[in-house]
Amino acid sequence: MIQVTINGRTHAVDVEPDTPLLWVLRDTLGLTGTKYGCGVAQCGACTVLIDGEATRSCQVPVESLGAARITTIEAIEQDPVGRKVVEAWVGQQVPQCGYCQSGQVMAATALLTQTPKPTDADIAAAMTNLCRCGTYNRIAEAVRHAAA
Amino acid sequence: MTLRVAPGSAIPVLASDGVANLSRRRFLGTAAGALVVGIALPARRAGAESAALRSAAPKPGTRVPAFLEIRPDGSVRLLSPFVEGGQGIATGMAQIVGEELDVDPARFVVECAPPGPDYAVVNGLRMTGGSFSTRSSYALMRQLGATARDMLIRAAAARLGVRESDLTTRDGSVVHAASARSLPYGDLAAEALALAPREGVALRDPKDFRYIRHAVPRLDVRDKATGRAVYAIDQTVEGMLYAAVRHAPQPGTEPEGIDNEPEARAMPGVQGVHRLPGAVAVTADSWWRARKAVEALAVRWTRPAPTGLDTLAADFSSEAMRAALTETPGEGHEAEAAGDAAAAFARAATVIEAEYHAPYLAHAQLEPPSAIARFNPDGTLDVWTPNQMPELFQSLSAEVAGLSPDKVRIHSPMLGGFFGRHFAYGPANPYPQAIRLAKATGRPVKVLWSREEEFLNDALRPLSHSRFRAALDAAGQPIAVTVRTVGEGPIGRWFGALFDGPVDPSAVEGIVGKPYAIPNRRMTFVKRAHPVTIAFWRSVGHSMNDYFSESFLDEIALAGGQDPFALRMALVKDSPRHRRLLEEVADLSGGWRRGPYAAEGGTRARGVAMASPFGSETATIAEVSIEGGEARVHNLWIAFDPGSVVNPAIVTAQVESAAALGLSATLVEQMVYRDGLRQAQNFDGYPILRREHMPAVHVRIVESGAPMGGVGEPGLPGVPPAVANAVAALTGQRIRSLPLANAKLSGA
Repeated sequence: MIQVTINGRTHAVDVEPDTPLLWVLRDTLGLTGTKYGCGVAQCGACTVLIDGEATRSCQVPVESLGAARITTIEAIEQDPVGRKVVEAWVGQQVPQCGYCQSGQVMAATALLTQTPKPTDADIAAAMTNLCRCGTYNRIAEAVRHAAA
Repeated sequence: MTLRVAPGSAIPVLASDGVANLSRRRFLGTAAGALVVGIALPARRAGAESAALRSAAPKPGTRVPAFLEIRPDGSVRLLSPFVEGGQGIATGMAQIVGEELDVDPARFVVECAPPGPDYAVVNGLRMTGGSFSTRSSYALMRQLGATARDMLIRAAAARLGVRESDLTTRDGSVVHAASARSLPYGDLAAEALALAPREGVALRDPKDFRYIRHAVPRLDVRDKATGRAVYAIDQTVEGMLYAAVRHAPQPGTEPEGIDNEPEARAMPGVQGVHRLPGAVAVTADSWWRARKAVEALAVRWTRPAPTGLDTLAADFSSEAMRAALTETPGEGHEAEAAGDAAAAFARAATVIEAEYHAPYLAHAQLEPPSAIARFNPDGTLDVWTPNQMPELFQSLSAEVAGLSPDKVRIHSPMLGGFFGRHFAYGPANPYPQAIRLAKATGRPVKVLWSREEEFLNDALRPLSHSRFRAALDAAGQPIAVTVRTVGEGPIGRWFGALFDGPVDPSAVEGIVGKPYAIPNRRMTFVKRAHPVTIAFWRSVGHSMNDYFSESFLDEIALAGGQDPFALRMALVKDSPRHRRLLEEVADLSGGWRRGPYAAEGGTRARGVAMASPFGSETATIAEVSIEGGEARVHNLWIAFDPGSVVNPAIVTAQVESAAALGLSATLVEQMVYRDGLRQAQNFDGYPILRREHMPAVHVRIVESGAPMGGVGEPGLPGVPPAVANAVAALTGQRIRSLPLANAKLSGA
């Protein structure tokens, strides 16, 4: 059994040590808000916060986590920055299909936690997740709103 | 796709270029292929019996309880005929029904309806595609809302013992003003929905609309911003196994043997190793375990044919296919003709010609396909899977399972992007595998394709080739254009039984149907089938054909010494709708100028293009610079006329999204085959538009009042040619094959 701390709760999970965090979240713990998109850290749909850092969970073996604190989209509204990000996402009507948006919201929350007043260059550097619906401009606009 | 709504008909008539006014009778009478199982009534029936059945079946869109559940708390559950996949159709349906029902759309919960004849609102057909949903169902869904409101008023009149004419409604309540009494809809719903619907209930005057034509917020954005939206991939059923599959590297080959099956069976959590048509699978207690095991399998596959283009042979390549299209002989079938092109060429002062190509494209929607199948003790089957045609998937699932369709329930979850991905494409859908594995294991099974399996199996936008010729007179005016297109379109492939003419409309749309007054035209189509599984892809034939024809129109302009914008203006001078759209896009962009010109420390230029896709009209201007040999698009200005709109905010978002996908295809996308294999396996090999390449997109909606056109797709087709025309203005290089990433662009 491996111990993981997700959204403030510790779980003991019976998986192989190299199992990616993504699949522990989705299949073992039923936290399906974190999405599988590519499995190779290209798209960012699986982004979660590990000790506050936006991280692509498909590339994180569960054994590597130790005591790290993981935040997923399910707990994002309990984070004051996350709550602002969600409101900005709703206000700007960002999502279309919505599949990438959990990851986008997590990336934005990490950015604004570390850099409360990001420049456009900061946004460009942090918001690298793919969106097939092309909501990129609205994402950037929502980040600016959340920062304001 | 050129399914069109006949202007003025309350219930749209399916028609296509060359097959005008295809009636439902003919629809049922001739369809022998896949589509017939997708509609309410089975094929293979005598005409009389079929007619009797038709009269017994509910008229689609009329049976109120099939659509509406009005809950005690005043919320409304709407069973929508359409699948929500980002296009905003759930919100649009809530606006249309809510407007007439008199309930704020914010209190709607919209779900995709199960299969059933009530939902066949596109002339007996049900699908979410072809930018068809709103325009095909707008009148019906308004009438449905009004009919339901009438039933609520009648129920209230009976309850209160007053005349119906003394009652009004106010946002979810029936109001008797004289006695200051009001009854919430939720209290009346049971009585109201038991009443027989009245025909011909009056509709609200559009000038009083509060929801339709307003920028009502989408119903699904909060759930999508908080991870609560549930997609097919997120669903589970009790006791299910997870399955991972590995497909034959070359479609058409089969698993011959597995050398390490016992070892795989011994891996953690593995339940079984299975052979499927063209694939192997592992079932396990988690998907990750199933995937690890299936990838550990040492599979021997049968060999593909060594060579040739009839199948995916060992030496198949997209390059060879492109060459084959280019070299395919034959005069072709006439797709559009006017005047006497041959005579015009004979007297031409100048003749130009050019060949254009576009590559295979993947949908690359971010949600990988999945399917859950569960056989129930009562002999029925439940299937949860992404799909754009529930009735078709119901019938096809029944066929795989060996059941009759009425024993199969199809659940159609929200789609994590589709762009045409989730029609039925033979081996390119996972539901048959889920059904077979559920049967084999005796348990519910969830199949999920890895991203790599999806890139291997996705049905592709077909590669295409067209040869253009134009005749110009001494004044530089185009007097004739001929186009010969070679290839195959998805309508012919998947709906061939319906559209059985020699010209596949989905292969030539965007080459035919242009608005320009060029008096002599001859467009022909030569069918050349692809060995590849081909697909509808956002804006279908328009996605490449408008790139071809609008780029070539710029070539005509340059050959005639004319400005491309001025030439277009001249060629649409007798079409007020098109003229206005060009004026609007010019205005939106601050006035037309081609350039090159200096801007922000660099040099930029602009290109313009028009397109007439899916009953709508667009005019697009792109502003481009060249950085490091690559095109950089700074601005896209799009004037968009869909006739009239339901939700301007959603329309704007759809145009932005279509523009992004069009730009993605313009700049970077291509699925390349080499040595019989697709070269891309993931997003590292199949790049899609990233944030840093996203330009500013400026959308202006123009409501001309023309019959309502489509919205989801039409923003796309103008983008590739506008960008290519801007590149030509900047560099002098005419790029006749996409993506631009294949070309070395000279700096400017």
